[in-house]
Amino acid sequence: MVVNSVHWFRKGLRLHDNPALQEALNGADTVRCVYILDPWFAGAANVGINRWRFLLEALEDLDSSLKKLNSRLFVVRGQPTDVFPRLFKEWNVTRLTLEYDPEPYGKERDGAIIKMAQEFGVETAVRNSHTLYNLDRIIEMNNNSPPLTFKRFQTIVSRLELPRRPLAPITQQQMNRCPTQIPDNHDQLYSIPSLEELGFRTEGLPPAVWRGGESEALERLSRHLDKKVWVASTRVKTCSLYASPTGLSPYLRFGCLSCRVLYYNLREIYMKLCKRSTPPLSLYGQLLWREFFYTAATNNPNFDRMEGNPICVQIPWDQNPEALAKWAEGRTGFPWIDAIMTQLRQEGWIHHRARHAVACFLTRGDLWISWESGMKVFEELLLDADWSVNAGSWMWLSCSAFFQQFFHCYCPVGFGRRTDPSGDYIRRYIPILKDYPNRYIYEPWNAPESLQKAANCVVGVHYPKPMINHAEGSRLNIERMKQVYQQLSHYRGLSLLASVPTIQEEAEPPMTDESQTSSGPGMDTPSLLPDASGVCGLSVIPSCSSDSPTRILADVEAAGCSTAPDSSTSVSHPHHNKAQSHIRPGLDPCTSSARPTSPITNMSHIPTSRTKPASLSSSCPSSSLSLCPGVLQNTSVGTRRKGAIRKVRQSQRQRGRPCCPSTAREDEEGEEEERMQEEEEEERMEDEETAAEMTGDA
Amino acid sequence: MKRRRTSNLTSKCHTFPSHKEPAKRQKRPTSSLTPFPVRDWGNLPHHVVLQIFQHLSLVDRARASSVCRCWNSVFHTPDLWRRFEFELNQPATSYLRSTHPDLIQQIIKKHAQHLQYVSFKVDSCTESAEAACDILSQLVNCTIKTLGLISTARPSFMDVSQAHFVSALTVVFVNSKSLSSIKIDDTPVDDPSLKVLVANNSDTLKLLKMSSCPHVSPAGILCVADQCHGLRELALNYHLLSDELLLALSSEKHAHLEHLRIDVVSENPGQTHFHTIKRSSWDALIRHSPKVNIVMYFFLYEEEFEPFFCEETPVTHLYFGRAVSKEMLGRIGLNCPRLVELVVCANGLEPLDEELIRIAERCKSLTAIGLGECEVTCSGFVEFVKMCGGRLTQLSIMEEVLIPDSSYNMEQIHSEVSKHLGRMWFPDMMPTW
Repeated sequence: MVVNSVHWFRKGLRLHDNPALQEALNGADTVRCVYILDPWFAGAANVGINRWRFLLEALEDLDSSLKKLNSRLFVVRGQPTDVFPRLFKEWNVTRLTLEYDPEPYGKERDGAIIKMAQEFGVETAVRNSHTLYNLDRIIEMNNNSPPLTFKRFQTIVSRLELPRRPLAPITQQQMNRCPTQIPDNHDQLYSIPSLEELGFRTEGLPPAVWRGGESEALERLSRHLDKKVWVASTRVKTCSLYASPTGLSPYLRFGCLSCRVLYYNLREIYMKLCKRSTPPLSLYGQLLWREFFYTAATNNPNFDRMEGNPICVQIPWDQNPEALAKWAEGRTGFPWIDAIMTQLRQEGWIHHRARHAVACFLTRGDLWISWESGMKVFEELLLDADWSVNAGSWMWLSCSAFFQQFFHCYCPVGFGRRTDPSGDYIRRYIPILKDYPNRYIYEPWNAPESLQKAANCVVGVHYPKPMINHAEGSRLNIERMKQVYQQLSHYRGLSLLASVPTIQEEAEPPMTDESQTSSGPGMDTPSLLPDASGVCGLSVIPSCSSDSPTRILADVEAAGCSTAPDSSTSVSHPHHNKAQSHIRPGLDPCTSSARPTSPITNMSHIPTSRTKPASLSSSCPSSSLSLCPGVLQNTSVGTRRKGAIRKVRQSQRQRGRPCCPSTAREDEEGEEEERMQEEEEEERMEDEETAAEMTGDA
Repeated sequence: MKRRRTSNLTSKCHTFPSHKEPAKRQKRPTSSLTPFPVRDWGNLPHHVVLQIFQHLSLVDRARASSVCRCWNSVFHTPDLWRRFEFELNQPATSYLRSTHPDLIQQIIKKHAQHLQYVSFKVDSCTESAEAACDILSQLVNCTIKTLGLISTARPSFMDVSQAHFVSALTVVFVNSKSLSSIKIDDTPVDDPSLKVLVANNSDTLKLLKMSSCPHVSPAGILCVADQCHGLRELALNYHLLSDELLLALSSEKHAHLEHLRIDVVSENPGQTHFHTIKRSSWDALIRHSPKVNIVMYFFLYEEEFEPFFCEETPVTHLYFGRAVSKEMLGRIGLNCPRLVELVVCANGLEPLDEELIRIAERCKSLTAIGLGECEVTCSGFVEFVKMCGGRLTQLSIMEEVLIPDSSYNMEQIHSEVSKHLGRMWFPDMMPTW
C-alpha cells in the first residue's frame, strides 16, 4: 500500500530531534511538510509584529533546509479543520504526523483533527518532543496532581529516568526514499506569507534583534555552550540586561531548538568539566522552569486566568485601563520600568530580572492591576511567551499561585540601580534621559530643576512624572496582599507578611451546640487557631482570629467575594456563571489558527474536583487551595498539634479515600530524609501534600 | 476542623435516604418516595435546619430557602444574620461582584437589628465607598460589635467627602454603643468622630485600626487612649505616636496592650522629619504590658531613618518596605532586644554578614526573618543560621542574593542550613524565564 505522509508543523520548527517528522518519513512513499496559518486572523490576533516576524523567519529557514533535501515547506492558508479534509483528498494522504502539544488548547485542537483524520482513514502519529518529560507521568508520580512548588517538581523529576535522547536531524537519504511532489506553482500556492500579507506595516521596521529559525538556533547553541564553559571556568556571574547572542529562549519556545538537545549538551559539558557523575538539577534551571509550568498547565484550561483557575489565589485587582496603557507603553515615569517595556516592544525579549521588575510593578508592587493584563501584553510582545510559561510566570510573580512569599516587592528605582548602577541601560532605551547623571537617572523627578534643564529633559514636560508614589503604593499593596492571604486560612504560615497579629475578637456567642462543643472557632484556644501568625506574618503570635466569629462563613464569604461566581450576588439569580463567558485570548502564531471562542469544558483534571464532594461549603473557591484537613496547618503549630492534624488526616483518608494506594517505599534509606522533606513541604505547600501520602501517618 | 464539621453533618444526613447533600436537593416530592412522611426534608426540626444552614454559604442558604416555607423561615433566623460582609464594586473598576442591591435592602429592612459583625469591602471607585457610607447611615437600629471598612484596591474612602463619611460613621458610633472592634484604615475619620466613638463605646472598645487616617491628630488618638481602658490593639501612623500616648496606654486603669502597630511612612519623601519617642515612655509601656507586640512597618528613604533605633526600642516585629542601610540594620542588632520578626526588602550592594550575625547574637527572641534584595555571603548566612538554630521558624531569602564563597556553594548551603534548622530548607527561587 502506498504511504503518503503529511507532517504538520506547529511548534517544533526544526529538522533535528523531530520524532514525529521521523515517523512521517518512516517507510513512506511521499512526504509533505505542512504549516497552516490563517492570514485573515493574523492582524486581528493579539500577537505583535516581532513575534510574527520571528515565526516567518523560522518558516523560511525550515523551507530552505527542506529545499536542500529536495523538498519544500507547504504553507497552507486557512483553518486546520477546513484545510485538512481538502489536503487529505487532494494528496491522497494516508498518514498524518504531529508533535504532541501539551497545552489544553492544543490538545483540544489536535484531538479534533485526529478524529477527523480517522474519519478519512488517515493514520496519525503523535510524538512528544516539545518538553523533556512526559508531563502526564510527572503528574501521575505526584499522586495525579501537578506539583505546585518548584521544589516538589524537582523532587519528582529527580526520580524520573533521564529524558529520551535526541534524534539526529533528518538526512538526504531518508528524504530521498520518500520524495516530495512539488507542484510547479508551489510558490503561488504554498509560499510563506510576508508580514504585509498578514496586515502589518513594515516601513521603518528596524532589523530583528532575534532572527528566527533552526539554523540560527543551532549557531546560538554552540555559542551558548562555549559561554557556559567560560562561565564555569571563570566563575563570573553574568547578568546582562541586553539581548544576548547566546540567548535561546525564543528558539525553545518555537521549537527551533530541541529542549532535549540543549539538555544533553549541558549534561555533557558538565560531566566533562566537573568530572562528577551526575549533574545537579540546577544545571538545567531554565529548562526545568519551562517544564514545571507546562506540567502545571497541561490539564488546566483556565491556567491563563484568575477566575475558574483552581490554583490561582483570587485577588481583588483594580481595573485601570489608563494605568495599564502607561505601563505597557513605557510611560510610567520610572525610567527602569519604561526602559524595560521599551526594550520588550522593540526587541521582543527582556532579561528575567527585568520581567520580575515590570511584573511586580504592574501587579502586587505598585499598580495593583491583574496579572492577566500583563500576561496579554507579554503574549503580544515577548518572543518566548509560551502560553503555559507566560501565565505561570505571571501568577508566580504576582504571588497568585505556587505559594510565594509576598513580603518582597521590587522597588522601581532601587532594583534598577542595583542591577545596572551605570544607568546605561536606561540611556539606551530612553535616549531622552541620556544626559542625566547616574545619581538621578533612575529617579529623574528628584533632580534639581536646573539639572533637568541642563539635561534637556524636564520631568513633566519631556518625560512623564512618576505615575505613582512607590512608597505609598507598596504600603497599600502589602496591606491588600495581607487581606487576601488572611482569608485563605489554608494558605497561612508560609507567607512572611500573611497576617498582622490582632487580638482575639470577643467571642461571639456560639451559634449552635455543636460549635460550642467542638469546632466553634470562638471556643478554640487562641494558639490553636489556624491563623495564629506573626506580624510580619512570619511567626507565631497567639492571637488573631480577626473578626470572624463563624470562621467558615467568613472564609466562604470573604473569599467568595472574589471568586465564587455567585456567593454574595443576587439571591434571586444565583445561577449566573461568569466563567462561561470568557473568551480565549488571541491567536498564537504557532498554532496558526484562531483560538476557539467557545469555553473549553474539559475540567476533569482540575485538582479541585476531588475535593468538591467533601465540602458543603465548596462554593468557596479558595477551597481549591484547601484540599485537605491541612486547613489548620501552620508552621507555628506545635508537634502535638501536628499529631492531631495527622489523625484528622488519617481518619479522613480512611473514611473518604480508601482507594488511595499507599506509596510503596522502595528504598528504606531514603525514607527518613524524605520524611523530613515532606514534613517541610507539609508546611510549605498546604495543597499538594494532601495527596502525598505522608509517611508520618503510617 | 472545617472538614470534621462537614463530615459530622454528612453522617447525620445518612439517616435520610437518597440524598447526601441537603443543599443541593432539588424540589422533588420525596414524600412519595418514602413511606414515612415524617422523614420529609421539609419536616426537619427548625434547629436542625438552622444548624445545617450555618454551614452553608449565603447563596446556598438562599437557594435552600426557596424549597419550602419552613426552610424559608429558618433563612430569616436572626442568628444567621449576625455577620455580614457588604461587597461594593463597580464593573468598570473591579473584577468582583457586588452584593445585590435587593439583598442590601432586605438586610437593612429585615435584619439590621441582627447585624453584629459587619464589614464593607469596596473597590477603588469612589461610588463604591459612597454606597458603603449610605448603608452605614441606615444602620440606625443595630448593635454592631465589629466594623471593618476595607478598601480592596485603592483607598477609595479617602475620596468620599469627609462630611459624608464622618456622618455615616457617627451613626454607627452613636447607635451601637457596644463596638469592640473598628478597622478604618485609610479613611477620612477625624478627631470629632473619634470623640463620638469614645463617648458611646469607651467601655467596650478593644481594637482600633486606623493606619493612614490623615485627619486624625495626636490629640484625637490620645483622647481614645485616655478613655477606652479596654483597648488592647491599636494600629496607627507614626506621626500620631507620642510619649503622652504611650503613657496613657500604660496607665494603671488601662488594660494590657497586646498589639501596637505603627506605620512609618513619609508623606513628602525625603523631607519629613520624624520625632523620637523617649526611652522612658517605651519602658513605661513595657512595664505595664510586658507581652505587647510592637510592630513597625517602615516605608522610608534611607536618609530618613536617622531618628530611629538610636536607643533601645522594644519593637518586636520590623518590616522594611524599601531599601535600608547597613548602618541602620547594625543599630537594630544593638537596640532591639525584643525583636521577634524581621523583614528587609532591600539593602545596598554590600553583604550584610556582620549585621545579621550581630542580630543573631543580640536578638534572642528572633524567630523569623525574611530577606529580599539583601546580599549575604553563604558563609555569613550559614553562621547566622547556626547561631539562631532551630528557633528560626521562618527563614526566607532569595537564592540570587546569596553569594557563594570558598566555604559554601549553592548546593551545600541548602544542606548546611537544613542541618542547623533541623528541617528541610531551601532558598526562595524566582523563575528564570
